[in-house]
Amino acid sequence: MTENSALTKRTYWERNRLSGGELFQKDAVKVFVSVTRFILLFGMCFMILQPILNKISVSLMAEEDLYNPLVIAIPEHVTTANYELAAGFMNYWKTLFSTFIVAITIAVVQVVVCTIVGYGFARFDFPLKKFWFACVLLVIIVPPQTISSSLWLHFYFFDVFGIIKLITGSPMNLSGSVVPYYLLSAGCMGLKCGLYIYLVRQFFRNMPKELEEAAYVDGLGTFGTFTKIMLPDAKPIIISCFLFAFVWQWTDSFYSGMFLGKLRLLSIQLSAIGERLNSYIMYTLGESTGASIGYTQCIISTGTLMVIAPILILYLFMQRGFTESIAQTGIKA
Amino acid sequence: MARKKKRQGLAKRKAISGYIFISPFIIGFLAFMVKPLLQSLYMSFCKVTVQLGGFVTDFTGITNYNDALFVDISFNRQLVDEITRMAYNSLAIIVFSFFVSLILNQDFKGRGLVRAIFFLPVILSSGVIINIETNNNLLSSIADSIEGSLGGVSITGYLETILVTTGVASKPLQTLFNVVDGIYDVALASGIQIIIFLSGLQTIPKSSYEAAAIEGCTAWESLWKITFPTISPLFLVCWVYTIVDFCMRSDNAVMTKIQQISIAQLNFGLSSAMSWIYFVIVMAIIGITSFIISKWVYYDD
Repeated sequence: MTENSALTKRTYWERNRLSGGELFQKDAVKVFVSVTRFILLFGMCFMILQPILNKISVSLMAEEDLYNPLVIAIPEHVTTANYELAAGFMNYWKTLFSTFIVAITIAVVQVVVCTIVGYGFARFDFPLKKFWFACVLLVIIVPPQTISSSLWLHFYFFDVFGIIKLITGSPMNLSGSVVPYYLLSAGCMGLKCGLYIYLVRQFFRNMPKELEEAAYVDGLGTFGTFTKIMLPDAKPIIISCFLFAFVWQWTDSFYSGMFLGKLRLLSIQLSAIGERLNSYIMYTLGESTGASIGYTQCIISTGTLMVIAPILILYLFMQRGFTESIAQTGIKA
Repeated sequence: MARKKKRQGLAKRKAISGYIFISPFIIGFLAFMVKPLLQSLYMSFCKVTVQLGGFVTDFTGITNYNDALFVDISFNRQLVDEITRMAYNSLAIIVFSFFVSLILNQDFKGRGLVRAIFFLPVILSSGVIINIETNNNLLSSIADSIEGSLGGVSITGYLETILVTTGVASKPLQTLFNVVDGIYDVALASGIQIIIFLSGLQTIPKSSYEAAAIEGCTAWESLWKITFPTISPLFLVCWVYTIVDFCMRSDNAVMTKIQQISIAQLNFGLSSAMSWIYFVIVMAIIGITSFIISKWVYYDD
């Protein structure tokens, strides 16, 4: 008791002397580590955020500010004209709506199919399982560009074993319609579908076997077990796969450019925004020089901001869905 | 006897439902992967002409490969450039994301915010945005002007001039400085890898670190003796993912070229040949490196 009260009365330095200098050393190291960590993290976070902040400031600048060497981050003439212009070029609200519809439907199709397939790989034993899973890995590895040209031709002259040719006389031309891309997604060959299968499989593999067996004993079939027992527990991984599918579809320009060219999608509109600005200035305003590089980039930055704004908001609210659930799946090779 | 039969029945039923579950994949794989893959392989040996109602292929042997490698002026140079860029960038991404995930796994104030910021690139580096990011002159000119207003003080710049003028192993150093200058690209590309590493780090039980500390193991030693072996399988996963991701990025010069040749020039034969050359090289790299890494990977069971 007396010893205890004596211990509390000692000052920090006394205790330090008693420990032979170890206490101070330990604390100094602790402070040093946290200061270094703070500096490192602050620098890296700034590095990641800086382009966005930059874009925000540029998007609010009037054209004269862009060439004013004194204006770097804070615009002198604040204007929202850039936003109006970019919105006009992209036909923003209509495009936003169609992009939203496409992204959500594609994401739903992909996630539903990939969950079913991933579950099949995780919980059933069947002949050639290893071979088929190797095929999934192959799908992850093969760049879509390798097969893009023949896929395009495949859908340009679409036919199922020559049946359509028999009926209508010529193969169906599906290029330019949205059907091929939904078909691809339903066949697990859409954007990054292999990855989703892999993630879902990892998740279901960690589920206890007893759960499944109990369901079988109670008379549920395989599909019933899947929907009633396994799916409710798999919410986190399904949500994060869905979010990834949604976001990646939102920004994708490769598949969209190839299969969804006729739809107005934000990612496609964004790549055309520079040319539109140029022709707008040349023909509508009648200036023969066209848009200056700085101004073009300014409008493009504004457009980019407008494209990523919805998914940034989504990310702010669903941040946990993006990260934590994947972290919980316990991925192992 | 009867029991055995019943068990067989269950196994068989499970096998059938397994196939039913993965049937979407099998159908999709056969229709949209195997067929196009074989077709593009065949097309790479042909001259392809698109006409009304179909396309015609004339077998021309290895002409397309010859064209791609020896006739086209820029393809082989782009190929070498992209593959070297891929090699050192992937290394940098792995090291960076491992380092960041080590930091993010510690306890400190504001960890949630920092994590959110570090995973932001998963969104920002996808698809069309990265494309626009890479050729945005205005922002880089702003960055230049900020640098200029600071009087051009750049530690790496000084270090670079000193080391390069003294001539100490200038070639690898040049690559290193390229990577350091491109740290933003590295950070942008390592979102998923950080998540994967973090998930691995969280599966390591705290008790093993505590036990090691009681035995007199320093933090540095437990990093090498506990952390590395436990999450070594994830290095393989991340490595493969990084390389694949790099191949599919839309700012990849080879891919841009292939797409341009197939869609704009409608020269499907040549573009298939080019993509097969690229694909085979990348597959070979993935195969060889994963073989080397898997020798070093430690599996628990």
